Amino acid sequence: MSAAYTPAEMMTVAAARALSNGDVCFVGIGLPSAASNLARLTHAPAITLIYESGTIGTRPNVLPLSIGDPELCETALVTVSVPEMFAYWLQGGRITVGFLGAAQIDRFGNINTTVIGAYDRPTVRLPGAGGAPEIASHCRQVFVVLAQTRRSFVPRLDFITSLGYGAGGDDRARAGLRTAGPVLVITDLALLRPDPETKELVVTSTHPGVTREQVAERTGWPVRFAARVEETPPPAPHELAVLRDLVARSAPAAAPA
Amino acid sequence: MSQDDRLPRTPRFLTLAEAVATYVRDGDTVAMEGFTHLIPFAAGHEVIRQGKRDLTLVRMTPDLIYDQMIGMGCARRLVFSWGGNPGVGSLHRLRDAVERGWPRPLELEEHTHAGMAHAYAAGAAGLPCAVLRGYLGTDLARVNPNVRAIECPFTGERLAAIPALRPDVAIIHAQRADRRGNVLVEGIVGVQKEAVLAARRAIATVEEVADDLRLRSPNAVVLPAWTLDAIVEAPGGARPSYAHGYYGRDNAFYAAWDGISRDREAFLAWMREHVLAPGARTRAG
Repeated sequence: MSAAYTPAEMMTVAAARALSNGDVCFVGIGLPSAASNLARLTHAPAITLIYESGTIGTRPNVLPLSIGDPELCETALVTVSVPEMFAYWLQGGRITVGFLGAAQIDRFGNINTTVIGAYDRPTVRLPGAGGAPEIASHCRQVFVVLAQTRRSFVPRLDFITSLGYGAGGDDRARAGLRTAGPVLVITDLALLRPDPETKELVVTSTHPGVTREQVAERTGWPVRFAARVEETPPPAPHELAVLRDLVARSAPAAAPA
Repeated sequence: MSQDDRLPRTPRFLTLAEAVATYVRDGDTVAMEGFTHLIPFAAGHEVIRQGKRDLTLVRMTPDLIYDQMIGMGCARRLVFSWGGNPGVGSLHRLRDAVERGWPRPLELEEHTHAGMAHAYAAGAAGLPCAVLRGYLGTDLARVNPNVRAIECPFTGERLAAIPALRPDVAIIHAQRADRRGNVLVEGIVGVQKEAVLAARRAIATVEEVADDLRLRSPNAVVLPAWTLDAIVEAPGGARPSYAHGYYGRDNAFYAAWDGISRDREAFLAWMREHVLAPGARTRAG
């Protein structure tokens, strides 16, 4: 059956649904930005979107290419300096959801965006941390959205850029963190959530038409499934229409879905 | 620590070539800030044309400006927190320098955005270090000896400490200066104010020098003339980034840079044509 939507669209829609009207969301660029604005344009019109460039309460009409596009500043309630953004708003504990993308994630929700290979002699030098480590530690909870492949879902990270649950269990709390961490990972195949005890990411929902075998095939560790795995509701016509409209009016490079 | 660079001074109105020749020296620690917005590209290109060497380049987001300076061999060391082409992908010249040492090896000192922002603020405040709740559980602390732990004397909480940033010279681009050299920055203001106040010397390039700054709020971000050493009128000086109220971000060029910069020869040809060639001075990208 040829679906009426792409896996990438399913991922963005599922990510958008995780946000609610009362959230104050610190938005990463790319997929998180598309998902956050889709939420704002559908079920969460009162959501507060914040980008690390200092823009608070921004309502972009088109998806920005960078976290500091003019569109973000021009449509924001207010724009503060970058030191103020990180000190008062993020570290100050005023953000309910941090929405991150990632190059690699492990089974405990730790993220690598720094290097593949040894730090001093990397095979691939990735962009690095940016705001992510403090977003991961200071937001009340964290959502991560990324396409699921064996290269992105890896058993062991070469470098922990942003802490999820460390080695699992109460590792995160022992690192001095009281926030909830990566409570939801949204991919083009499934939704994963941490096991309450071990904090290992387990599949709690698969997208329509996706089999367990496909999920396992595209995960770099023996992925576990929850006792009851739900099926993600497919994109509603309204969600799809708003997403496609948003993507169509944005610059090609800025529109990941 | 010398406090002389904190004394009021009278900025000079110079050409870009004069300002860079006077205030940027080989081996300096140089911070050219502007968070996506108001990136001082024209000044970066002048640094390249003058063949400055062995610089320690400091910037939260190296962006295309440092990709170009690194690819042209200006830098010995990079202090940064996010080294990608925003929304596009890699900075290929930065990667080539790190992965293969071309055109020369590049030392990295790597932070988080929060760390860099706090370190600039500490530099502006004249403190020796910045303290923040940061770098928790990351491997950055393992590879960067400048990320250390400190205990709060009141609560016992373990916090991160990093040295204040104190660049030899800060270079920013801004919307306007008045004829005395007071400078207005508006829109996404990033860390420019902190970078200027943290640095020993400071250059502001501006879109225009005007009789009046045309302030719309008593709380505007204004750097008083006496915090700056040189003012340079450089219209278009932030292209291909942007200047709020003057021109937009050239997102198509940011996307095109991926192809230009991927290959060493294509990169060098672009730099020769658009930066090094006589008459290239007015075109930033």
